[in-house]
Amino acid sequence: MTPLLEVQDLVKTFGSGEAETRVLRGLNLAMSTGELAALLGPSGSGKSTLLTILGTLMHPTSGSHTMLDVDLTTASDRSLTEFRNRHIGFVFQFHNLLPDFTALENVVFPTAVREGRETATARRRGEELLVRMGLAERIHFPTANLSGGQKQRVAVARALMNRPELVLADEPTGNLDRASAQQVMDLIAEINRDEGTTFLISTHDEKIAALCRRQIVVGDGLVTG
Amino acid sequence: MLYALKIATRYLTASKAQTALLVFGVAIGVFIFIFMSALIGGLAEFIMARTAGDMAHITIQAEAVDPALLLPHEGRTVLLVQEATSQATAVLKDTPALVPLIEAIPGVIGISPQINGSGFLTRGAQVMQVSINGLEPGKESVIANLASYITEGTANLGAGGVLLGKTLVDDMDLALGQTVRLQSSSGVDELLTITGVYEMGSGGPDRRQAYVSLATARTLFKLPQGVTRVEIKLADLYAADTIAPRIKALTGLDAKSWTEQAAQLLEALRAQAQTGYILKSFALLTIIIGVASALLLSTYRRRPEIGIMRAMGAGRWFVMVVFVSQGALIGLMGGLFGAAAGYGVLLAFPGRTSFAPGQSGLPIDITQGAYGLAIILTTLGAILASILPARAAARLDPVTAIGQ
Ligand SMILES: Nc1ncnc2c1ncn2[C@@H]1O[C@H](COP(=O)(O)OP(=O)(O)OP(=O)(O)O)[C@@H](O)[C@H]1O
Ligand SMILES: [Mg+2]
Repeated sequence: MTPLLEVQDLVKTFGSGEAETRVLRGLNLAMSTGELAALLGPSGSGKSTLLTILGTLMHPTSGSHTMLDVDLTTASDRSLTEFRNRHIGFVFQFHNLLPDFTALENVVFPTAVREGRETATARRRGEELLVRMGLAERIHFPTANLSGGQKQRVAVARALMNRPELVLADEPTGNLDRASAQQVMDLIAEINRDEGTTFLISTHDEKIAALCRRQIVVGDGLVTG
Repeated sequence: MLYALKIATRYLTASKAQTALLVFGVAIGVFIFIFMSALIGGLAEFIMARTAGDMAHITIQAEAVDPALLLPHEGRTVLLVQEATSQATAVLKDTPALVPLIEAIPGVIGISPQINGSGFLTRGAQVMQVSINGLEPGKESVIANLASYITEGTANLGAGGVLLGKTLVDDMDLALGQTVRLQSSSGVDELLTITGVYEMGSGGPDRRQAYVSLATARTLFKLPQGVTRVEIKLADLYAADTIAPRIKALTGLDAKSWTEQAAQLLEALRAQAQTGYILKSFALLTIIIGVASALLLSTYRRRPEIGIMRAMGAGRWFVMVVFVSQGALIGLMGGLFGAAAGYGVLLAFPGRTSFAPGQSGLPIDITQGAYGLAIILTTLGAILASILPARAAARLDPVTAIGQ
């Protein structure tokens, strides 16, 4: 297994002075290509913060962050945007999709925003992904009319659109009932197995975590297990 | 760019009612802009046509020669009292040679050599002071369109004929075809027949003017040759300030543009145009504020989406273009609708042809609606208005925007 990303001595503090909160206190973590990992820890332990930093949406206060041998710690907003677009996919808990666009338009977005238009090739890939997510009937559906489980599956399809090495999912099933959650997780596991895409999924759900091959536990701003 | 435009269009069509309202608001601003342009422009033309339409655009007046002072006046103040009637009439001698020269100047459309003076009109016991205008037969309507004001008889000035204003005719109880005696300030009198009665609608000319032929005026003022004044009409009355000096250079005569006499009128028109600019600026400002606040609201409402787009690899520039495009589209649509509505409403007004003296009309000129300018300024204004919200959107921190 080849190394995919590594963070060392990661520190993240919010605010300053009296109000200063140290969320991450020198956290170390390495992940390899092809992993399917769960991120566990009590509420407020810094799971979302870590995912945000790994997703290059936020700079750490200190520490280093490399992925695919690129030092991302101090990279510019522009190069991070580009890096994110090509190598990282996101699935969030809420507000995942652009509500005024169809499922396909949402899925195609990461490619279209890079190429400046929706190409036929991109649309074909988007359709394939949606079919794979069991949404063949919903390809041209306005996303506002989809069920919660369907929305999350569209979000997974979109996260995979640019064939990223890493998909970060922050409580992707937090809003779903057991059956829908199971369905989303099955699809993630399937993609991970077939494509070798690395997943890091934060969750409070032991059953979901159990579906992953690795469990990373965060506590007190450090990886504790 | 194209993709950002697609997103922008979708955002606008997603909330149709809101967009329609916004476009409607912009269109009202544009409508006001266009209506003001047509009104202010029309008013200026209207006033010009009504007041300046009948006047000479350039006048060459024979210069009165100051009487030589025979007293030595060193060390004292001399009060010179000069009686207009007693003074020998100043004359332009070389007009027959000058007329074709002036006529050849581009922009000159009419030239009327005249002999002007004052006199008394008598019929029976009634006497009335009048100013006498001697015009060349065939050129009666070159400056003021006399022919259009004739209520009885004809504008053609023949030998022994006189044209009088309706007020004067009524006051003196005269009638077409009657004979009157006209005595000039030079002491000559002539018996003339009233061959035409006109009504210009303004007091002065209708009460105190008598038009005779140039030949009659020569006899009245004892001027066998030359004229006292040459009036010139131009195709474009605003060209007077450039053409007058050319005539002066060409002829050596003191050619005066109408603007020298009409400074007050021009000042009033300028002030009026300025008021128009202020009102139009307010219309534009309203558009800008309306678009800016609507887009600011929209960026706020779409914060999570902006965060998602940024997370998916949309750059700041892309987000910026999405919101600026919305502004541009709103401005363009509002501009087009407003311009179309403005044109449609202005069509209902009588238009420029009704500006001519003697016609009933409103001072609104459909050709001066400044439609293109309104559309361009509105679009630019809306783009300007969208820059602030767009920048705010582009600078959003994706993490807080997504707000997980
Ligand atoms: N922008 C911020 N400013 C100040 N404090 C913040 C900010 N973001 C997060 N925090 C704080 O950092 C800590 C960790 O938050 P984080 O969202 O990473 O936790 P989490 O493990 O994802 O929790 P949960 O399981 O509830 O989602 C919390 O105490 C939170 O209040
Ligand atoms: Mg969290």
